[in-house]
Amino acid sequence: MSRRAVIVGVATSDYPNLPDFSEHQVHAQAAERALADAGLDFGDVDGFATAGFFPMYAVGVCEYLGLRPHHVDETNFGGASFEVLVEHAASAIEAGVCETVLVTYGSVQLSAMGRRLGTGGPSAPPSGPAAFDALWGNTLVGNYALAARRHMHEFGTASEQLAEIAVAMRAHAANNPMAQYRDPISVEDVLESRMIADPLHMLDCCVISDGGGACVVTTEERARDLQRPAVYLLGAAHALTHHMNVSQMPDLTVTAAAQSGPLAFRRAGLSPSDVDTLQVYDSFTITVLLSLEDLGFCAKGEGGAFVEAGRLQVGGGLPTNTDGGGLSACHPGMRGMFLIVEAVRQLRGQSVNQVDGARVAVAHGTGGMLSTGATLILGTEVP
Amino acid sequence: MSEQRPPKPRPAPGMDPETEPYWKATHDGRLLVQRCLPNGHHQLYPRWRCLRCRGEVGWVEASGRGTVYSFTIIRQNFSRSFKHLIPYVVALVELEEGPRLMTNIVGCPPEDVIVGMPVQVTFEPVSDEVSLALFQPAQ
Repeated sequence: MSRRAVIVGVATSDYPNLPDFSEHQVHAQAAERALADAGLDFGDVDGFATAGFFPMYAVGVCEYLGLRPHHVDETNFGGASFEVLVEHAASAIEAGVCETVLVTYGSVQLSAMGRRLGTGGPSAPPSGPAAFDALWGNTLVGNYALAARRHMHEFGTASEQLAEIAVAMRAHAANNPMAQYRDPISVEDVLESRMIADPLHMLDCCVISDGGGACVVTTEERARDLQRPAVYLLGAAHALTHHMNVSQMPDLTVTAAAQSGPLAFRRAGLSPSDVDTLQVYDSFTITVLLSLEDLGFCAKGEGGAFVEAGRLQVGGGLPTNTDGGGLSACHPGMRGMFLIVEAVRQLRGQSVNQVDGARVAVAHGTGGMLSTGATLILGTEVP
Repeated sequence: MSEQRPPKPRPAPGMDPETEPYWKATHDGRLLVQRCLPNGHHQLYPRWRCLRCRGEVGWVEASGRGTVYSFTIIRQNFSRSFKHLIPYVVALVELEEGPRLMTNIVGCPPEDVIVGMPVQVTFEPVSDEVSLALFQPAQ
């Protein structure tokens, strides 16, 4: 019988504001909680994965946590890293390289920003390929605004439609006691919020938070003795279109999800119509809209109409980001781990916005400047 | 606090052997693109070989004409090099030769910029050694 990897433990750390935490403490708190959720402890872990912004980052977190694993992975795919790390963890487990992989994420981006404010020193001038996009005063929001503007031009997408996405996430955040913002908002509230980079308003943008999460991947056989029902990894894939230079993105309205989504669905033997709930990267409202089209939930150009009438809310056709998402609940920089945690909670019936009878959930991360995409298709059973 | 600090000059590119010819040319008021020898494909930024046919490449001067592929009006940027320029237009311009270039659109109110608008290159010095290729509405 072939080995099959399953997810047996998930947790978030405390969030969204952790002024008394170091980044390592966020990893540790999330790790401890995810292992406890699984009914395992650090001694059971023989594989470890995380993503951060320094070389040998995973080795540093292993040292901090006192782990000596024989599978270590720190593939950095930006916000989509954790979907890739879980895909790799499953491959390693199924190949017999290791038994139990702990995947963690930790960030104190919000608190660190406060400490650094006004003290930013000179940075080296951008050189090489990076210089070509870096000299024009563009911002992170501006890159996504370029995609939004192009989508509006090609398909007639309206700001009101993008706003529907932010409204849906906020409606979900209202039921999440940990969420950074919980007061309901309307389409008008989004349109009247300050313009940051046309056509994206402040409420089209994710929040900036501290926080982290962790998940535990092991074998189906091992999971039989554990307390939680195993969540199956039915299909996974990742892809990229470019790095940080959005000028190199072949088509500003087509993301890496157009490659990773269909591949992951094919590997799972499922299609978008089989999906009960979607946890998708929502750095900006446009990120969600492009991902919906590219993953195949609607045709290219029809995302605007698709998200209308509360389709993304619980009770709508495709309940999305049921924890409140990065737009309202928590966005510490690389949110991909939170997507996995919420997808697993939905499949266990533990979400604060539970979708009745959810059996198939998708977690799709986007990283960089719309650069990378990674899709996980999770289920309560093997179809 | 940071509100009162004076603006800084626009950032200039760091040079390396591969990109230096491009930046030296923009300083001399010429916009270069790479062109492959076998098939005449154009590309930017510069690479070792043509990404379409893997052929050898060399530099040629571009016409400087293009259209706005997409744009945004930046209304928030805390960088001291740009804060005083707000609101300003960041755009991707598709050159006549094909490659897309990140740039600023100048010479018209930000609100007048539209996708598909014809534009032409203009050069703005940012230091004694470097001028950058910006674009303005075509005459």
